[in-house]
Amino acid sequence: MDAFLHQVFAGLAAGSIYASLALALVMIHQATHLLNFAQGEMAMLSTYIAWSLINAGMPYWSAFFLTITIALVMGIAVQRFILRPVRGTSVLPLVVVFIGLLVICNSLAGWIFTYTIKVFPSPFPAEPMFGQRYVSSHELGATAVTLVVLALLYGFFRFTPLGLAMRAVAQNPVSSRLVGIRVGWMLALGWGLAAAIGSVAGMMVAPIVYLDPNMMSGILLYAFAAALVGGIDSPGGAVFGGFLVGVLENLLGAYVIGNELKLSVALVIIVGVLIVKPSGLFGTVQVTRV
Amino acid sequence: MTTPASTSAARAGGSISGAAQATIDRRRRRVRLFGIALLVIIALALPFLTSSYRTFQLTLVLVYAIALLGLNILTGYNGQISLGHGAFYAIGAYAAAILMDRFGVPYWLTVPGAGALCLVAGFLFGLPALRLEGHYLALATFALGVSTPQLLKYKHFEQWTGGVQGIVIVKPDAPFGLKLSPDQWLYYFTLATTVAMFVLGWNLLRGRVGRALVAIRDHPIAAATMGINTPLYKSLAFGVSAMYTGIAGALGAIAVQFVAPDSFTILLSITFLVGIVIGGLASISGALFGAVFTQFVPNIADHISKAAPWAIYGVFLIGFMFLMPGGIAGAIRMAWARVGRRSAERARAQRG
Repeated sequence: MDAFLHQVFAGLAAGSIYASLALALVMIHQATHLLNFAQGEMAMLSTYIAWSLINAGMPYWSAFFLTITIALVMGIAVQRFILRPVRGTSVLPLVVVFIGLLVICNSLAGWIFTYTIKVFPSPFPAEPMFGQRYVSSHELGATAVTLVVLALLYGFFRFTPLGLAMRAVAQNPVSSRLVGIRVGWMLALGWGLAAAIGSVAGMMVAPIVYLDPNMMSGILLYAFAAALVGGIDSPGGAVFGGFLVGVLENLLGAYVIGNELKLSVALVIIVGVLIVKPSGLFGTVQVTRV
Repeated sequence: MTTPASTSAARAGGSISGAAQATIDRRRRRVRLFGIALLVIIALALPFLTSSYRTFQLTLVLVYAIALLGLNILTGYNGQISLGHGAFYAIGAYAAAILMDRFGVPYWLTVPGAGALCLVAGFLFGLPALRLEGHYLALATFALGVSTPQLLKYKHFEQWTGGVQGIVIVKPDAPFGLKLSPDQWLYYFTLATTVAMFVLGWNLLRGRVGRALVAIRDHPIAAATMGINTPLYKSLAFGVSAMYTGIAGALGAIAVQFVAPDSFTILLSITFLVGIVIGGLASISGALFGAVFTQFVPNIADHISKAAPWAIYGVFLIGFMFLMPGGIAGAIRMAWARVGRRSAERARAQRG
């Protein structure tokens, strides 16, 4: 029982990371109806920026917030300069550009920071908190950070005019333009926010898996699975899906299929959800008119 | 994208007469035949002109060309995006290695065996893929590509796959007492397979089936209304595409003499995508250009940095999408059409 609880809590902690990256994926899907294959590598690159800042002597939390800002700007720049020029609705060019971005971010990190594994500091104390022994402080802290990000996002979209404008653009770009919303910039802002959330995920996961250019490829897959389980257009669903996928992955890994096949769990979840219930648990059902 | 020479000439020539058109067509066909013949002669002569390492590299170019043609059938012609074709390449490679290593099957028999296995595997993966479109298919295949190495390392398959260590296989010698080194023989063996696969692909794509695939890509609903069995063609395209890639995988394994899980990461699948985008989507000759690119450009870039080949891949991917969406084959076709227009104008001027 003790071991079981341990697995559940470890799963929840891992799930919080998947949840935050899944949130980033949902953000981009909300704004542009695209799946961003480069999300993980963008997060990895921003984590390297945080690492450099901390190594340069900056206190953790200033580096944390500065990295988020840099990631925001980076995301906006990517949308404005690389994605916007891809015209048309054809999917293939967009997927190719995403894969191009993925490869560029990965090799850039390898080029600048080398492929040796680096230790990334955690802002939370080393001993478990609150007199329990199931969850380390970092895991607890990472979960809290994810929930705070979700709350902030909810507040942003629900209560600010900018958030309202972004929702409007996602729903109906043409009408939004007619009422004077700068549609292009809203899309760019969506990308920026996604990159910022991704950077948070990166900084939270790096103390656990260590920092290296390939750290995100598996996590991105889980994040996709999480986003799909929750419904690709539902931020709350993405967080729930993240926790669910995290726990599932840990329990299946520990008791059923063994740790070597963990990534295949993500594959099965992705294909399964897409085939059985493409809208996920909390998503809206897409209806196509012929 | 797939304009046959005659219609592109018609567009280029504008209002030229039927007879002049026929002359141009005939001349163009002759030039193309001459080009292919020249290519084959060069390909036959190459192993005697270069070192055995270069011959090995050229063998890999041919292997890539088969794989890229396979992916192009699926993604370029049929519009189904696969980011996980490395998985089928891996299945082909492992099928060949296991058949040779554990069952003592002769190498030349493993190639059709791997092809048949991948045809079935691809068809089966194509069935659920029918329900996925665009990004979601890309995502599902991406997940397949990422999890391939883990599946190959799975400990209950280890008695077959050799686990992390992989399988070492022996390079075959030239048969019939031919005075060829193993590298040279394997090159010719691969060349023959490549030619056969390209002829097969040519016949498949230039006719009824090819038009059906393109119609499904460009307008699935209209294609269905025209009486095309869309699900059948789509899953068959998946199967045939996987078969090509699997045959390439088998040949690649024999050439490299080694298979191991870590050579079939998602980067392999991305390499194939790079190959078809740079060579030219929905183009048969594009597979060859893409293969030459993916084999030789990373080698050159490797001198700069270990990360440089992938950075260059990324830049080329995005750059080609913006500047040359037709890839190298598309650029050549455009230049060719321009030449055709010139000669048509000249013919008109002479007559007029």
